[in-house]
Amino acid sequence: MIASAHDAEAVDDLHAWKGRIGMACLIAAETSFFGVFIVAYLFYRGKSATGPQPADVLSTPLLATICLLSSSVTISLAVRALRAGLHGAFRIWWLATIALGASFLAATALEWRELIFGRGLTIATNLFGTTFYALVGFHALHVTLGLTMLAFVLGAALRGRLGAEHAEHAEVLSWYWHFVDAVWVAVLAVVYLGR
Amino acid sequence: MAVLGQSIDTVRTGEGESLPLAARLHEWVVTVDHKRLGLMYIASALVFFLVAGSMAALMRIQLAVPLNGFLGPNTFNRLMTMHGTTMVFFVGMPMFFGFANYLVPLQIGARDLAFPRLNAFGFWMFLFGGLLLYFSFLGAEGLYGAGSAPDVGWFAYAPLTSRAFSRGNSTDYWILGILLSGVGSTATAINLVTTILTMRCPGMTLRRMPLFVWIMLVDAALVLFILSPLAAAQVMLLFDRFLGAHFFDTQAGGSAVLWQHFFWFFGHPEVYVLILPAFAIASEIIPVFSRKPLFGYPVMVAATVCIGFISMGVWAHHMFTVGLDPATNTFFAASTMAIAVPTGIKIFNWLGTMWGGRIRFRVPMLWCTAFLLEFVIAGLTGVMLAVVPFDWQLSDTYFVVAHFHFVLIGGLLFNLFAAIYFWFPKATGRMLDERLGRLHFFWFVLGFNLTFLPMHVPGLLGMPRRIYTYQPGRGWEIWNMVTTLGVAVQVIGLLFFLWNVVSSLRAGAPAGDDPWDAWTLEWATTSPPPEYNFESVPTVHSRRPLWDLKHPDDPDGRWE
Repeated sequence: MIASAHDAEAVDDLHAWKGRIGMACLIAAETSFFGVFIVAYLFYRGKSATGPQPADVLSTPLLATICLLSSSVTISLAVRALRAGLHGAFRIWWLATIALGASFLAATALEWRELIFGRGLTIATNLFGTTFYALVGFHALHVTLGLTMLAFVLGAALRGRLGAEHAEHAEVLSWYWHFVDAVWVAVLAVVYLGR
Repeated sequence: MAVLGQSIDTVRTGEGESLPLAARLHEWVVTVDHKRLGLMYIASALVFFLVAGSMAALMRIQLAVPLNGFLGPNTFNRLMTMHGTTMVFFVGMPMFFGFANYLVPLQIGARDLAFPRLNAFGFWMFLFGGLLLYFSFLGAEGLYGAGSAPDVGWFAYAPLTSRAFSRGNSTDYWILGILLSGVGSTATAINLVTTILTMRCPGMTLRRMPLFVWIMLVDAALVLFILSPLAAAQVMLLFDRFLGAHFFDTQAGGSAVLWQHFFWFFGHPEVYVLILPAFAIASEIIPVFSRKPLFGYPVMVAATVCIGFISMGVWAHHMFTVGLDPATNTFFAASTMAIAVPTGIKIFNWLGTMWGGRIRFRVPMLWCTAFLLEFVIAGLTGVMLAVVPFDWQLSDTYFVVAHFHFVLIGGLLFNLFAAIYFWFPKATGRMLDERLGRLHFFWFVLGFNLTFLPMHVPGLLGMPRRIYTYQPGRGWEIWNMVTTLGVAVQVIGLLFFLWNVVSSLRAGAPAGDDPWDAWTLEWATTSPPPEYNFESVPTVHSRRPLWDLKHPDDPDGRWE
């Protein structure tokens, strides 16, 4: 028989993992979701009956990629700062994350404006348009949702309602943000580098 | 035996009873308690079951004799689609979530699920998803004067679902109803996995977890991986229908076969999502009524995990007639046969549990025993259909219909009945009547076999599924007539069941805390359990914590 004090401690440790495991499950489901859109994109690659083709209209979004990937670094620094109780540093890094995420979205918006109005590519144009807007659009939607959640946290921080005890929540949220980043790496490889 | 759940309760007795009806209903609406949500899942599933079962009865009346005019082709297509969709998404799934909700926290000694409010969210998304689907009967005609309820079949093959062939909004209701309830299912699956991994009471290691909980863990994980691909495919279909996208539009180079791949990547694992709870239930009930611990517990866990993995690699056996290349057909035939191995292991382990036990044939055990027999038939016809040339001959015939009804009724529904008889005393504090239960069992099993055993034959004789009527003189008449008569016998059984539930709720014999002399933690608290489940957090030392408590001289832990 194991001493129950030891057991109780182990149980408390497990309870602290609730958020992380819940988020990991959500990420698993989302990975499946994006997987289907990526499969559809690859399945229809080069099968469009009419133009434009990816190589004609896409260029590698270098700046947007740098923005999004570096936001993963800033959010990690922010969570570390919150854990250490450095509220000033937390706010700066958190704000930087939001700014970088928003710049990514802005870059996507500019790209889409050029594609739709400049090149005449919409979701109804051909299979490329269909699969491209669905995949990139769902990724952008996830960035938007992430930014909304980040903004809620920032609001709480600015009103002074965020303490080191919330570091775990911020950590869990940062997992989601890293996931959105990882999806972007896949999208970049499949859509842009593979054009 | 109520060692863990009393005394605080005495302070609160009578509360709730005295409240007016509106306030009591309000309590159910705002509740985040896993037991209430579990009961609401099961109750809604039973209502949907009766609705979709009535649809099946109507279809059987139409098919009883050739050239029957009871239902028109349009009505038949709608009933067929709604029957399949409802039974899978709004009966099978909520039954899984209902029993998991009610029992998982109790069996692992927790107070509730990890995220109680998310749990309520999941339930209401499921319920309103179902109501949205049924609202299509009223709302789906839209402006086109075409179509009311969805009529594209439960797997909604492209290109039948494109705007050109499916006018009006019926297909959109099919998409959105399932999409919404799918969001709820994913939320609940996240909740279950998190609960099982983090909320177990002290001493409840993964190796001591009741097999029921293990199977629910695998099942919830499976839901996580397969429901979102369905959602993705349905979103693509919505894009096709509303934004002019070309995912499944063959004229623009899109592929109807891709929809089949996406759908069955969800659709086949879904069959395992539905049947795994049946395995979970049998794994709890058979040991208790055989008076032996479950035979081969670690192997059962391994078999469950194997089924979870392999089930995601068998989907194209639904597509042998599409014209895939021989290598693909071979792979999926082999994987389909392979999944019969862990399933067979389970059958033998249940038999091994019964072997040499002092078996008590109470009603739950009757259902589980019948399940073993019927499920072997279901499994055998399944392996037959995995043989590609055999499938070429019989795909989309009544042989397939008979096969999967053996799986879902003989496999799933029998065990759901077993579970209701087994855990009804825990949830209500009253026993279901044994005599009515036996009548229910006898008539229903008779009716089931009368319906679905003969149904194999018209399939072998070439009768396609989904036809609303047929010509005389093909040798199908007698089989269809017997099948339809079998439905009437099943209805008699169901009436005994409903009467049993209603009368036992009012005046059933008091159950006590542990009416079956069982071994898992839910029987350690009162019946019904208090809101907080256990007064003090239990500590367990073996797979059968209540055995240890009842037999301190011979605890299980000694043998671990």
